[in-house]
Amino acid sequence: MQNVLKIILQRLALGLLTLLVVSIVIFIAVNLLPGDFAELILGQAATPESVASIRRDLGLDQSMVTRYFSWLGGMVTGDLGTSFAQLNFQTNLGGTGGKTVAEQIAPRFANTMFLASVTAMIAVPLAVTLGILAALYRNTVFDRVANIATLSSISSPEFFMAYILILFLAVLNPIFPSLSNIYEGMTFGEKLEKTMLPALTLTLVVTAHMMRMTRAAIISLLASPYIEMARLKGISPMRVIVKHALPNALAPIINVIALNLAYLITGVVVVEVVFVYPGIGQLFVDSVKIRDIPVVQACCLIFAAAYILLNLMADILSILSNPRLRHPK
Amino acid sequence: MNGISRRGLLKTGTAAGVLSLTGMPLRAQTRGGKLTAGLSGANTSDSWDSRTHSDLFMIASAQGAVFDSLTEVAADGSLVGELAESWESSDAQTWVFNLRQGVKFHNGKAFGADDVIESLSMHLGEDSKSAAKPIVENIVEMNKLGEHQLELVLSAPNADFPYLLSDYHILMYPAGQIEEAIAQGIGTGLYQVQSFDPGVRMVATRVDDHYKGDSVGLFDEIEYIAINDNTARMNAMMTGQVDAINRIDFKTEALLRANPALRIQEVTGNQQYTFPMLTDTAPYNDVNVRRAIKYGVNRQELVDKILLGHGAVGNDTPIGPANQYYNTEMEQLEYDPDKSKFYLEQAGLSSIDLDLSASNAAFEGAVDAAQLMQASMSAGGININVIQEPADGYWSNVWLKKSFCACYWSGRATEDWMFSTAYEAGVPWNDSQWDEKDSARFQELLVMARAELDSDKRRAQYFEMQQILRDDGGVLVPMFANYVQAVNNRISSPETVGNLWQMDNGRMAERWSVA
Repeated sequence: MQNVLKIILQRLALGLLTLLVVSIVIFIAVNLLPGDFAELILGQAATPESVASIRRDLGLDQSMVTRYFSWLGGMVTGDLGTSFAQLNFQTNLGGTGGKTVAEQIAPRFANTMFLASVTAMIAVPLAVTLGILAALYRNTVFDRVANIATLSSISSPEFFMAYILILFLAVLNPIFPSLSNIYEGMTFGEKLEKTMLPALTLTLVVTAHMMRMTRAAIISLLASPYIEMARLKGISPMRVIVKHALPNALAPIINVIALNLAYLITGVVVVEVVFVYPGIGQLFVDSVKIRDIPVVQACCLIFAAAYILLNLMADILSILSNPRLRHPK
Repeated sequence: MNGISRRGLLKTGTAAGVLSLTGMPLRAQTRGGKLTAGLSGANTSDSWDSRTHSDLFMIASAQGAVFDSLTEVAADGSLVGELAESWESSDAQTWVFNLRQGVKFHNGKAFGADDVIESLSMHLGEDSKSAAKPIVENIVEMNKLGEHQLELVLSAPNADFPYLLSDYHILMYPAGQIEEAIAQGIGTGLYQVQSFDPGVRMVATRVDDHYKGDSVGLFDEIEYIAINDNTARMNAMMTGQVDAINRIDFKTEALLRANPALRIQEVTGNQQYTFPMLTDTAPYNDVNVRRAIKYGVNRQELVDKILLGHGAVGNDTPIGPANQYYNTEMEQLEYDPDKSKFYLEQAGLSSIDLDLSASNAAFEGAVDAAQLMQASMSAGGININVIQEPADGYWSNVWLKKSFCACYWSGRATEDWMFSTAYEAGVPWNDSQWDEKDSARFQELLVMARAELDSDKRRAQYFEMQQILRDDGGVLVPMFANYVQAVNNRISSPETVGNLWQMDNGRMAERWSVA
């Protein structure tokens, strides 16, 4: 167990370092984009005076290094700062108050997590079941069809899958709404109904990876002597796979599931825009559009943190699921 | 409403109040129901601060539903009173406004002259970023004559002043509570905010016992959903999840037309796609070069291919069909390569090489339009090199800086407003840098017409100005783009739909109803 603890601490330290690097890269990248917040928010109405005045108010007239470190200083003390849009709004009013980045992101993040959870609820059991069945009936028609179907859905761009689903499930057969604008005060059922199409789209995108990994991991074990033994005992093929092969194949499966769960949080940008889902992805797109650096930074850090944590979790779970790793000699 | 000219209305402003109360030509008026609209132009940086409003979502939410202005441009283009009941001026410089009595803000505060003064002052101040600053700046004195009467003195006469006050940036907030009103959306409008999530959604319910009476604002509830993505907006309309959408994608318009449950609304207004040339820079400082370019553009082709027919050809003036003094008598500039060659010869040239900067940030299809112009102009000896500029930062780095580029204007309600925004010598957005020495007669007429109260004289002056622009001006205005929107048949809309801005000038919550 001590071993596991050490790994966790090591990984967390490395994770923090990764986050730091990510924040620097994003900061530079956003600054390299043409135009800044002042110019973009004013658009055609930008006069040199008003641009200068917004820059002064937001501190955009300072050097990039100064701005980065003042952001980092806040970040270290747990202050994500205030978005440029909110700051600009406050200086217009001459007052203070308004939402911080954290307050702005919280409800959006909750929505994204909801979408990710609904998708995971559908996709993970579906993928694992399909994988097991494909391993069981390997090289049959079922296996081929399942493979071709999932591979084609993962190979198509997300927005394309989204439009196909809209065409069949919203326009031709109005089963689900094409507009997923969930908001506070909706019942769980209503939310679920509105979230269905984006969740299905994401399911189609992530299923293939998990299913194929499940299938491959199980098949690779089927040649091992202990499976041979089980089969000689006369156990049914289904039982061989579920009882004997699956527990030993869990490590790689968990790994790929974790990776895909991370994708459900970070990869939703396009899907959220297509379905007008008010999650963090749409906030991210809106913020990049107006170069609202504090919000962009916060979103990126959340994405990066999701990847790091889920990967860490996958490693820990695969250690725990493997007695040899749990009790190293 | 017929028979009352704008000028007549101005002189006898008392009629205006009556008009706005009784004159709404609504058919099939049923009170009740809900309007759900999917609108573009929304952003997470949106707020109830009218100084920052620039796109449809907030214009329709604020001026169109929750807040009111002093005056309002009706669907037919005439000016009516909103919070101002009437107004008068003998010299177009000192204006007296009589405010409507018995008006209440959503928080119960009574509306009066102090609110107007404070709401107007919001746009002033050294650091003000308000887009309405140039309008309000002209007011040198604001005098409260009574609780419901106000005198505004301008720095120079302006016969269009009441029109300017209908600008969507100039909304009325409660004095002393402006900060609170901006935070929560407290106005005097027909609808009271229930929830507002910037860049996502706005819900408002009808105020009982409103000063506008029961003939307008017929929905019990309105919900505006932010849908910036074109395809998502079309999908929401097709599947009946929203009752109306703005800005139809022309490429898939046929699909919407084929749907019997909805109808397409199309109005030609003042929205124009333009190509300004910097007239203080060679070779555009030579009027003959500008003329050669004007004759080198195949305008009809641009309307057919860029707007897919949803528009009208322009005649190089920014004054469009939604304006009062739109000059329809001028000869239309036609595509004529021979004339291009002729004017190039006048400039002492046989051919010329020009750079044209374009990006779809200027308008959808701007780069394609530039390429079409490249093809049509080559016949007249003008060789265009199309430079595709990045969309980000286009307005800061290209517009007003590159000598020939793509641009757009949504147009203005009055001639003077448009001219003094983008054509008057010395103003910041004079995007052709048309200066005094190049346009002396135009600038002279501009000042004269602004103070002129006689409609006929004014017409003659504006007609002459449009002629000057057509012949000598530095801005190419090849096309006016229609506002095209879709409405579900369960919603009824009046015969005349406003053409100043999308979605019945953003006032569909006030003017439409459940069929």
